[in-house]
Amino acid sequence: MKIIVLMKQVANKDAVLRVGNDEKWIDESDIAHQTNESDGYALEEALRMKEAKGEGEVVVCTLGGQSAKTVIKDALARGADRGIHIIVENDQKLSPHQIAKTIADAIRDENADLIFTGLQSDDASYGQTGVILAELLGIPHATIVIDIDRESLNGNLRVKRELESGWYQWFVYQLPALLTIQSGISQIRYASLKGIMAAKRKEIKEVTPTIEDFGAAQQIQKVYMPLKTKQTQMLGDGDVKRGAAELVEKLKTEIRVI
Amino acid sequence: MILVFIEHKDCVLNKTSLEAITAAQGIGKDLGLKISAVIPCDKDCALAQEISNYDLEKVIMAKNEKLGIYTPDGYTDAWEQVIKATNPTYVIMAHTYQVRDFAPKLAARFGKEVVGDCIRYRNEDGKLVFTRRIFLGKLDADVIIEGDAPYFVTFQSGAFRGDNAEKGGSANIETMDVEVGEIRMKPEAPFQEAKASIDLTKSAIIVAVGRGIKSQENIEKAQELADALGADLAASRPICDAEWLPIDRQIGSSGQTVAPKVYIALGISGAIQHIVGMKNAGTIIAINKDAEAPIFDIADYGIVGDIFDAMPVLVEEIKKAKS
Ligand SMILES: Cc1cc2nc3c(=O)[nH]c(=O)nc-3n(C[C@H](O)[C@H](O)[C@H](O)COP(=O)(O)OP(=O)(O)OC[C@H]3O[C@@H](n4cnc5c(N)ncnc54)[C@H](O)[C@@H]3O)c2cc1C
Ligand SMILES: Nc1ncnc2c1ncn2[C@@H]1O[C@H](COP(=O)(O)O)[C@@H](O)[C@H]1O
Repeated sequence: MKIIVLMKQVANKDAVLRVGNDEKWIDESDIAHQTNESDGYALEEALRMKEAKGEGEVVVCTLGGQSAKTVIKDALARGADRGIHIIVENDQKLSPHQIAKTIADAIRDENADLIFTGLQSDDASYGQTGVILAELLGIPHATIVIDIDRESLNGNLRVKRELESGWYQWFVYQLPALLTIQSGISQIRYASLKGIMAAKRKEIKEVTPTIEDFGAAQQIQKVYMPLKTKQTQMLGDGDVKRGAAELVEKLKTEIRVI
Repeated sequence: MILVFIEHKDCVLNKTSLEAITAAQGIGKDLGLKISAVIPCDKDCALAQEISNYDLEKVIMAKNEKLGIYTPDGYTDAWEQVIKATNPTYVIMAHTYQVRDFAPKLAARFGKEVVGDCIRYRNEDGKLVFTRRIFLGKLDADVIIEGDAPYFVTFQSGAFRGDNAEKGGSANIETMDVEVGEIRMKPEAPFQEAKASIDLTKSAIIVAVGRGIKSQENIEKAQELADALGADLAASRPICDAEWLPIDRQIGSSGQTVAPKVYIALGISGAIQHIVGMKNAGTIIAINKDAEAPIFDIADYGIVGDIFDAMPVLVEEIKKAKS
């Protein structure tokens, strides 16, 4: 069974974001990066499926600039078998359809049995790259997958989707199929020292695509800090301990829960 | 014209569809476009009558026996035909989990993409500019769509008010028999997990921890604060994903929706999927070391700083205040 996992490099969650000079994205210089959260879960699930089945190959694929290679190296250290790096600098300028199309062209000939993506990127948050990719490749998809029935690994795959407010639903798929994976599907492993050593010998194929124009693209005109809608009373004036004491006073005299 | 999606399960309305109607009515007025609602169903949908009371031109029942239970393949095929038959300028939907599942596929079929999860729009001389939240709510982006119609737009839950949807029409109900091809996925019946062992909807005070709590060991410190206040402990998704707290403590779109008298958010950034679960709390208090964290947008009281400095002082002061 061949599983391709799409993983994207995004700004670190704790990075302080500043609007870039052109006001169309953040200022990427000096920003620490990390692998998109749900993509880490997608990789983990792929590795576990391969282990449960006792055979197969897990291929990670990322589209991004040179720095995005870290995402692949990290995935290889965790146990992925090889990587595909689609090199595109300034990939934030691409629309989700362009990203999906470029990835589709790069992985079509792999004829994977399964493609896993995260359910949403934490930077652009389109929530659609995987679904568009499935349509372009002509394969069925399921989004927000939170469990895969191990009993179904040798037949039609049974996957559990998260619906809203505590509802779930199982769907059965024939392969090939594309699944977008929700965080929390399983606990993510750390890379072992052995894994890190082994990763050095694994193949990373580089692809330099030509990006096709896409006439129906959504285009960011301007990014900015959200406008504040609510008057928040800030306590402590930078002094946390004083703020905490003031808060208890409010809880007692104004909110009256103490 | 504008098409607006009416989402339902067994002919029971998903209320966010009314928010989509409100959005469509606003855009319709701005651009001088008529609006039709689209209801995919396997029978004469019991909802059609109710929806026809809204100020709409038409209610289109897209009918096929394969549309009784939602599948992305079935809905995409049905919608494709409705769009081809009606040539809409805009297709407007609420950004629900179901819409996330099929709308990008539908748009891709027309060589388009979705401008998704928008929080508002404005009309600039007949050209609409949509605003989306990016970077987990830390930034807003104004977005335009290039190219020709149809344009696919989804709005975030709460971006418009469903009770502002204008009634007064007596829209024609039109049945459109649509063809649906092979459905490549087999759905089983939706279900709810066994009842949560704790019902946070009844809590008066909730202390909720986010990734700022950093490790499982530190949960204890938040528990001490909750105990001092007589509060229940809850969490954002990453804390439950990591199994530091059980999933029935999760607040948000895929967890519980609560409205306690007081909600204290410790080290929670305030992503929309968390906020939808707690924004109706009486008083919202946020402690976060990032002064720009989106949680402060909805907080009544805020402290900028380290939760590990704040928690012990809070416990101590509460104990003092109580004695
Ligand atoms: C379909 C879908 C469904 C989802 N469902 C849910 C859901 O039901 N519930 C949910 O919560 N999320 C849900 N999410 C995830 C959501 O988008 C966010 O990723 C999540 O809410 C972030 O959790 P957080 O605020 O704890 O972490 P982060 O976003 O990482 O924020 C941590 C915060 O802690 C602060 N911090 C760090 N250290 C300290 C310190 N020492 N002192 C003070 N502050 C500190 C940081 O400044 C930051 O603001 C869902 C996402 C999707 C796409
Ligand atoms: N540049 C990229 N490289 C690799 N995978 C990507 C890229 N962009 C999006 N994806 C995948 O598609 C998912 C959804 O992204 P998005 O549509 O941007 O929310 C992500 O979680 C990734 O798995």
